[in-house]
Amino acid sequence: MSQAITLQREAAERSDNRFVVAARRFSRHRVGMCGLGVILVLVVCATFAPWLTPYDPIEINYEAMLAPPSWLHWMGTDEIGRDLLSRLIYGARVSLQIVFVAIILSLAVGGAIGLVSGYVGGKVDNVIMRVMDGLLAFPLLVLALGVIAVLGPDLMNAIIALAVVNVPGFARLVRGQVLSVRELDFVQAARAVGASDIRIMLKHIWPSVAGNVIVYASLRASSVLITESSLAFLGLGAEPPTPTWGQMLATAMEYWSAWWMSIFPGLAIFFSALAFNFLGDGIRDALDVRLGD
Amino acid sequence: MMKHIMRSGIYLLPIALMTSFLVFSMLLLLPGDPTIALLGERATLEEREALRIKMGFDDPIPLQYARWMEKTVTGDFGRSLRTQEPVADMLATRIPVTLELTLLAVLLSVVIGVPGGILAALKRNTWTDFIISFLSMGGMALPYFWAGILLIRLFSLQLGWLPPSGYVPFFQDPVQNVKLMIMPSLTVGVSLIALVMRQTRTSMLEVMSQDYIRTARAKGVSHTRVVFRHALHNAMIPIVTVIGLQMGALVSGAVVTETIFSLPGLGRMIVEGIFERDLAPVQAGILVIVIGVILVNMLTDLTYAVLDRRIKL
Repeated sequence: MSQAITLQREAAERSDNRFVVAARRFSRHRVGMCGLGVILVLVVCATFAPWLTPYDPIEINYEAMLAPPSWLHWMGTDEIGRDLLSRLIYGARVSLQIVFVAIILSLAVGGAIGLVSGYVGGKVDNVIMRVMDGLLAFPLLVLALGVIAVLGPDLMNAIIALAVVNVPGFARLVRGQVLSVRELDFVQAARAVGASDIRIMLKHIWPSVAGNVIVYASLRASSVLITESSLAFLGLGAEPPTPTWGQMLATAMEYWSAWWMSIFPGLAIFFSALAFNFLGDGIRDALDVRLGD
Repeated sequence: MMKHIMRSGIYLLPIALMTSFLVFSMLLLLPGDPTIALLGERATLEEREALRIKMGFDDPIPLQYARWMEKTVTGDFGRSLRTQEPVADMLATRIPVTLELTLLAVLLSVVIGVPGGILAALKRNTWTDFIISFLSMGGMALPYFWAGILLIRLFSLQLGWLPPSGYVPFFQDPVQNVKLMIMPSLTVGVSLIALVMRQTRTSMLEVMSQDYIRTARAKGVSHTRVVFRHALHNAMIPIVTVIGLQMGALVSGAVVTETIFSLPGLGRMIVEGIFERDLAPVQAGILVIVIGVILVNMLTDLTYAVLDRRIKL
């Protein structure tokens, strides 16, 4: 009994070490740390938005319509006097939520499809992968538009569309990994002991492919953010008055004289996308993973 | 050559079929009654029943797909719910716009990206190199819709050089057409320009250090000739690959850019269709775009052979 506990603790320490090693390597990755820093600031802003914002993001103020940046409104106000900084901070909340939910959804669905497809193999694998190849042939935004055309334009459906668009990538990645792990000794051993298929997939195969999946997920984040803002820009994201960066830019195109309306939301998208890219690069290098594509 | 076209055709045909099935299945996946989606809310029960029989919505799915395919292949994409215009006619006016936009973007990426990359590679580790690398880093992360807005701010509002939006067909007024298309194609192309620049720099650096370049130099070949004839020729393959791989992203950019600059292209047609709950143009637009991207992939394969005779076709 005590021996089992020792073994368990050792195993825990080892996995802990692997994590610590990766974290240490990440902390030396300057670009990755920069990205992490920006993302953390965004997350803090999004979480504490109600306490950080100087104004209500949807409160109309006819006294201060289209006011340029000043001490009162650091980033100016929009066409109906809403404070731009407050809207940007709340916009971060919306964007981050969409990005995280969409990626987790596509990871779960794509991961499950890839696991089953690679593990079961044969005809099932063939059919699933042909469908995924078909989906991969669509340009991201065009596929997202197709999903929204079917479901109708609103926030929930935009999230579903962003998830669907990323499912084939995850599925293909996981399936490839499963194929290479499936025949290894520890999987065979588990099968010999009589573990069920589901247990083998989740307890034995999944942990060994999870690293790559995390890296892939972090590398997809900036593309999801850009696609999300594109949808919002086209008017297919969250409905007004919910502030989103993309939709703020679309509004800015009706008020050209108010330069602050088109500069600040654009900067927000630009730096967030860049930060997600940097973060993904950092995680990739820290876990020392090479992805096929 | 013919054999190679056949081979990549055989590889791409199942993908093209699968994408067409996915586009077709949009109609099946619609929540609720597809006849309402096609006829609108005002249609009577009899009209809907008639359409249901005419379209065969109660038939088995493979049969429905075969029928849809047959019509699509003969150029019958149905009619727009809103305008009653045949979708095929809409495609005829909109495909040239999107095509011109993407082609110009690719052209810009080659005209700006390749020389920029060569310059950076030749002036490695100088300020020129740093500035070019910095610009291409930023360009790759620049969201295209923001790039479009910045371009309008600069060239239309500040400098007043270019009209901010609108479209004139090329054959009607070539000068005005080009004037109106410069900013949109820059917007679509900005990340591709950046990417091509970086790729050109990398592959030029790689090629320039090889033995045959030294040999050419030793023979007394002029510097310009070494760079443009010997080195660039072999550096082109990865550059073409990058452009081919980016076609999907380019088209996604075009969809948004058409909205920014009010260009009547395929992307605009799809987005308008979504707002109007008008499915036929959406399906047709998506299908044309996907098949176009698949064809470009095939074309990319063929370009390799033109660039490198060692690649057997």
